[in-house]
Amino acid sequence: MRPNRGIFGNADWIMIWLYLVLVFFGWMNIYAAVYNEDHGSIFDISQNYGKQALWIVTGFILALTVMLIDFRFYLTFPYLVYGIVCLLLIAVVIFGKEIAGSKSWFEIGPFRLQPSEFAKFATCLALAKYLSGLRVKIEENRTKITSSAIIAIPPLLILLQPDAGSALIYSSLLLVLYREGLSSRYLWTGVFIIMLFLLALLFNKFILIGVLGFFALSGIFFFRRSRQSVVVILLALAISSGLIYSVDYAFNNILEPHQRSRINVLLGTERDIKGVGYNVNQSLIAIGSGGFTGKGFLQGTQTKYDFVPEQSTDFIFCTIGEEWGFLGSLLTIGLFVALLARIIFIAERQRSKFSRIYGYCVASVLFFHFAVNMGMTMGLAPVIGIPLPFISYGGSSLWGFTILLFLFIKFDSVRLEILR
Amino acid sequence: MNPFADRRYVFLILFAFVAMIFLGRLFYIQIIDRSYRISASNNVLRYVTAYPSRGLIYDRNGELLVYNQPAYDLMVIPRQVKNIDTADLCTLLAISKEEFISKIKEARKYSSLKASVFLKQLSAEIYGAFLERMYQFPGFFVQVRTMRKYPKNIAANAVGYISEVDENTIKKNSYYRSGDYIGMGGLEQSYEDILRGKRGVKIFVVDVHNRIVGSYLNGLYDTLPVPGLNVVSTLSSSLQEYGEKLMQNKIGSIAAIEPATGEVLALVTSPTYDPNLLVGRVRSANYKKLLTDSLNPLFNRALMAMYPPGSIFKIVECLVGLQDEVLTWNTVLPCNKSLVNCHNHPSPLDLDGSVQHSCNPFYYMVFKKILYGGATLELAKGEGGTSEQGLNAWRRHVISFGLGSRLGIDIPNEKGGYIPTSIYYNKVYGKNRWNFYTIYSLGIGQGEIMIVPLQMANITAIIANRGFYYLPHLIKGFGEHKMVLPHFTVRNLTTINPEHFEPLVDAMEKVVQSGTATRAKLKDVSICGKTGTAQNPHGEDHSVFIAFAPKDTPQIAISVVVENSGFGGTWAAPIASLMIEKYLNDTISRPELEKYILDEDFIHPKAEKKEVNKPERVD
Ligand SMILES: [Zn+2]
Repeated sequence: MRPNRGIFGNADWIMIWLYLVLVFFGWMNIYAAVYNEDHGSIFDISQNYGKQALWIVTGFILALTVMLIDFRFYLTFPYLVYGIVCLLLIAVVIFGKEIAGSKSWFEIGPFRLQPSEFAKFATCLALAKYLSGLRVKIEENRTKITSSAIIAIPPLLILLQPDAGSALIYSSLLLVLYREGLSSRYLWTGVFIIMLFLLALLFNKFILIGVLGFFALSGIFFFRRSRQSVVVILLALAISSGLIYSVDYAFNNILEPHQRSRINVLLGTERDIKGVGYNVNQSLIAIGSGGFTGKGFLQGTQTKYDFVPEQSTDFIFCTIGEEWGFLGSLLTIGLFVALLARIIFIAERQRSKFSRIYGYCVASVLFFHFAVNMGMTMGLAPVIGIPLPFISYGGSSLWGFTILLFLFIKFDSVRLEILR
Repeated sequence: MNPFADRRYVFLILFAFVAMIFLGRLFYIQIIDRSYRISASNNVLRYVTAYPSRGLIYDRNGELLVYNQPAYDLMVIPRQVKNIDTADLCTLLAISKEEFISKIKEARKYSSLKASVFLKQLSAEIYGAFLERMYQFPGFFVQVRTMRKYPKNIAANAVGYISEVDENTIKKNSYYRSGDYIGMGGLEQSYEDILRGKRGVKIFVVDVHNRIVGSYLNGLYDTLPVPGLNVVSTLSSSLQEYGEKLMQNKIGSIAAIEPATGEVLALVTSPTYDPNLLVGRVRSANYKKLLTDSLNPLFNRALMAMYPPGSIFKIVECLVGLQDEVLTWNTVLPCNKSLVNCHNHPSPLDLDGSVQHSCNPFYYMVFKKILYGGATLELAKGEGGTSEQGLNAWRRHVISFGLGSRLGIDIPNEKGGYIPTSIYYNKVYGKNRWNFYTIYSLGIGQGEIMIVPLQMANITAIIANRGFYYLPHLIKGFGEHKMVLPHFTVRNLTTINPEHFEPLVDAMEKVVQSGTATRAKLKDVSICGKTGTAQNPHGEDHSVFIAFAPKDTPQIAISVVVENSGFGGTWAAPIASLMIEKYLNDTISRPELEKYILDEDFIHPKAEKKEVNKPERVD
């Protein structure tokens, strides 16, 4: 065993540095996004960037606290934390402050707290705890059902707020099950369902079912000697048809018109109508106008005129794209990929199953945020309001991600002591 | 080792795959496709605010009080000002170089990215000349908006004016931006939200020379301004105009209310000012002048000037006495001048006569009875309570007439006057150190008691209604709706039983028929009134008169105050009478009386003091 060199002595400084760079780069860009000559100081507490400074400092304190607490605490209480967070998610629907149609925030004095940001690490802890159990085997149906339940409860509660964006994030945790040995059949089935989903949105359901039926008939003809294959093919056809029907029904009857429009615009089946395509169009203009090297720090014009709404939160990447150009975007993407790869690398070196699973959870959640948020600003993903980790403005999200990441750094720093 | 460890590569490949897609997309939109850069080139879009037209203000008969006229403001976006010939621009705009520099500095202080007003209200010639050469001055453009105009030059204080928002307002209310106009005072302020409408924005594409190339995306993101709603006021412009005419060269006010609704028919303050003075470029200079005028024309006397009401308060005292059962219509009291001074009239008087002749000793005794023997004291009559209990009981009745605090009319700066409390006297004299003899002047409406002219008119409306009032207000409706705001339809009751009012109305009729206000007599219309004199320690007393008419179906309740003109019957009463005639009949049958009023000048010192047939000081 290596000598104990203080709480950060065994910590992975590569992850910590990547974290620090992302947080400071984010802060600079929030400053640039909100900047105007009237409020020059970056510490002006009346502005988003001043507040972000406050969140960053308190975030550091949180990180330090996470590192200081004995790791056995985290191993002992995941279900308790998970339960408390679920109660908070219920409470926010009842007592929360309604902002823009959803009750996602507690209002405490001048500050707002978003419990769904804290549900992420709690769910990751609970999932890791459960899957690392001695008698838990991923092939068993019981395991699949329990893990799915752990993953599904928080998003279902979040949907009550309603906040579809934050709820979708949890689907990324299914990737963790794959790493832990879930058959790749499920992965392919997942891919197939997503394809079917998109096709169902794009094409008429009868044509689609007709085409599937044609393939099924050919399959049956081909495998006509194997009764079992025929049954499987027929079953697959029935399920696919049901899925197509339900997607069609959900799209036309359950989704709100604005959600429908967003999807339609993204799929290209609807022209840029006012309001829906607006954000993405302005976002593209901002990023596109950055060119190769960008316009320079504070020199952006698009994000300052309130062209892009949510410019310091969900659309912060516009400012990066505009002011730092392709080089800055490359750097940002590089930092994220480096952090994600580092997490995977570190996760694989854990002796403890718990730490490894938790690491994969962290990587999956961060990856989902990264992919959807950036994709959204570039017009590649639907506009669902989720922040870019460590960079977007917001106290709750920064705190949530800080705890999420530093728990993993903590587990890694004591990897020689954690046995399971 | 873990059998599924190789699956880590699926993750790494997925990360790399997404990163490559993003980089490819970024490479395309940032480097290959130039259209984004073109549509975002620094000056490409100009946001021109489309100002809504401000709602007009009409009087109760649909006559215009306020309308709009277009004005042209020169705007500047400091960051876009590049390579311009400053001297040339100064000549074009007829301003000095120093002015130019200070104005640019000011604009930059507000924001270098947002447009702010550089020069307000260009003349038509300068506007035309600038428009032709605008392309030479990038960063400058013209914004069209409207100015207020007042066709009748009346009701300046009731209507208010509009002026540019100050920085405080911009900080407090995110709607406003530098250069916006906001209603100040009067209806313009109270109904700002209704009158102003909603700004729209037009987005234009401009080239590097600041020339407009066209509208952005064919106006897809433009928003149209929503015009403000028109406001219909309760004022009668002909009555208001006539009131202002009668009050010329006098200091004072007239407030006229329709008793059945609380609608304010006229709100005259004198001296007043021409509302057109507070419009356009001349506004700030004129405003300073008005502000320093020793006669204070910006001071809305009808709402803000507090006077001791004098004898008109006797009608309130009379009603309180009746309610407290210390008085009946059969009570007879002598005019005992040893208690308090009085004038010559028949004595002893009954209650009816006491109103008609406004006998001071009578009300001196009534007030004493109220303080020590009022039924609301809930003490056995004769035993007496403390002065404090007595004053509290009296005050409860008095404030039910809308006195002692602001009534809540729908324009700003109203004052509430003052009805003294026992707490006040305890502070001044000490607890149990004061009694009736300390405060007896309250009984005849003098001493610490203060009321404003609007409250006087409101008391009159209460008598006219025989016991209740509606909040006086100036709004009759807005837009298409002739709706009345709900809190103006609440009937406010006094603490006095309705049956006490009718005999008082008869007595007030006699005041005009054969009492202290015979100058207010009008043929074929029974006017009920009461004279008063507001004591003025600084000079000649103020003449006060309240009246309503017709007696049985009251349509107008009015109060008139003429400062420094002495007794109420001489000046205030005839003015009220002429106003009533104007409102009820729309013609004046007494031109000589009108001339007598119009010719009188209480402001400018007279070369030789001609003795107007000054009557004996009866009050
Ligand atoms: Zn007398």
